[in-house]
Amino acid sequence: MRIVTALTAALVSSLVALPSRANEKPVELKKAPGVEKVEGNCAACHSLDYIKMNSPFMSAATWDAEVTKMIKAFGAPITDADAAAIKDYLKANYGG
Amino acid sequence: MITRRRLLEGASAGAALAGFGGLARSPRAYAGELDLPAALPSGLRGEAALEALPGKKPLIRMSYRPPNYETPIEYFRDPITPNDAFFVRYHLSDIPDATDKAIDPTSWKVAVGGDGANRELALTLDDLKALPPVEVVAVNQCSGNRRGLFQPHVPGVEWGYGAMGCARWKGARLKDVLDKAGVKKEAIEIVLNGADGPPVDKTPDFIKSIPVWKAMEDTTLIAYEMNGAPLPHLNGAPARIIVPGWTGTYWMKHIISIKAVTRPEASFWMNPAYRIPVGKFPVVARFITQETAANTPITEMVVNSLITSHADGASVKAGSLTVGGIAWDGGYGIRGVEVSTDGGKSWRAATLGQDLGRFAFRPFSAGVPASSGKLTVMARATNNIGQTQTAELIANPAGYHHNVMHSVTLTVG
Repeated sequence: MRIVTALTAALVSSLVALPSRANEKPVELKKAPGVEKVEGNCAACHSLDYIKMNSPFMSAATWDAEVTKMIKAFGAPITDADAAAIKDYLKANYGG
Repeated sequence: MITRRRLLEGASAGAALAGFGGLARSPRAYAGELDLPAALPSGLRGEAALEALPGKKPLIRMSYRPPNYETPIEYFRDPITPNDAFFVRYHLSDIPDATDKAIDPTSWKVAVGGDGANRELALTLDDLKALPPVEVVAVNQCSGNRRGLFQPHVPGVEWGYGAMGCARWKGARLKDVLDKAGVKKEAIEIVLNGADGPPVDKTPDFIKSIPVWKAMEDTTLIAYEMNGAPLPHLNGAPARIIVPGWTGTYWMKHIISIKAVTRPEASFWMNPAYRIPVGKFPVVARFITQETAANTPITEMVVNSLITSHADGASVKAGSLTVGGIAWDGGYGIRGVEVSTDGGKSWRAATLGQDLGRFAFRPFSAGVPASSGKLTVMARATNNIGQTQTAELIANPAGYHHNVMHSVTLTVG
């Protein structure tokens, strides 16, 4: 029942987020540089409505901390380059 | 087809018993309409929608995965929240299907042990049901209920008012189960784990602990029934922990492991998650083995109330108006509720409704004069140890314990 890390890696590398719940519909994020990194990494573990829900009030520092938390505390397998792109995208498109 | 409106009209029959039925209903059309508080983050307001999960009425979707869905306020006109309208909250998205062996009632087992137990054992659902059954009506409220109303906003699931519900839970005492394993005197915490987990192996599994003293209370249960029916899949089937008085974070769903331990549980979900600053909130119950100089685990709920008879912005007729709602706290019981129509300068006592026990929603109702124009009605609950609600938000980083007095502004015509 657990999606193994290998599958998560496959999701990330193919940049396709497979919804794991039957009712889930795609969440449209703003089309801007880096959106594919967000979709490819973040959606492996959670739906992207988490991002919209936490906007637009999050400061640049808060978005940085949130992405860092996903990697350090939650073990998200995100490369440094992707993490930087994700932070830039969130700050530019969903910041306060 | 039963429309949502009809369901809510049905629910009002229960509300009448509770003490505030028969009053003019808000003219708001419910079907498919979502009227979220303006104070919630605009990003949430643009994305949230009423949506029915399998086996559920339409609830307010905060997030698809993991599923976080809150109960619309109208359901709180009754002190018992129906199972199919009860809120859904998960931290991690790997949730076993109802047919998964781990939670299928015919194959489910809970393992009991730990270094603070004398022996290990496993109980089936039949084993659990063979223990003396206990019923308790209790509120299950997410620690972060109303987080979305924090100003300034804080990150997290941006709940409005409905990350809570009150049900009649039936199950075995956790104490009776622990006694079977024998809890050593050195044991300090009881560690709880459920069958749900993270989608990535490196993500910390959702594991919680409670102090032994709380686990041993007569009202702390492993529940297998909710309002006379098996637990809904998304509310923790086939059995979950019930910790009356304490916030929902400890009410482990799909419970499969219970351990008595002699050292403080160190999971991410005990520290740094679910912490409140020391000394900021008027809570009595402490979790001493988890305390640090700066913060402490959230424990009991703070006293709170919600006006449910009228939606914010509703129109009413001039004359005598009856407003009502529910009040609850961390298990001391509600002593009284007052309402104010002058911004808190003066208060009048409300009448309390049906008493379902000290852990339950307590209905209240009050008549207020209503003359043409705008009328803002505010409610304030006080519990049996004299605690009351706050007028000013008590800021804290994770957005917990929001019990700012609720108000609705009505148009009187």
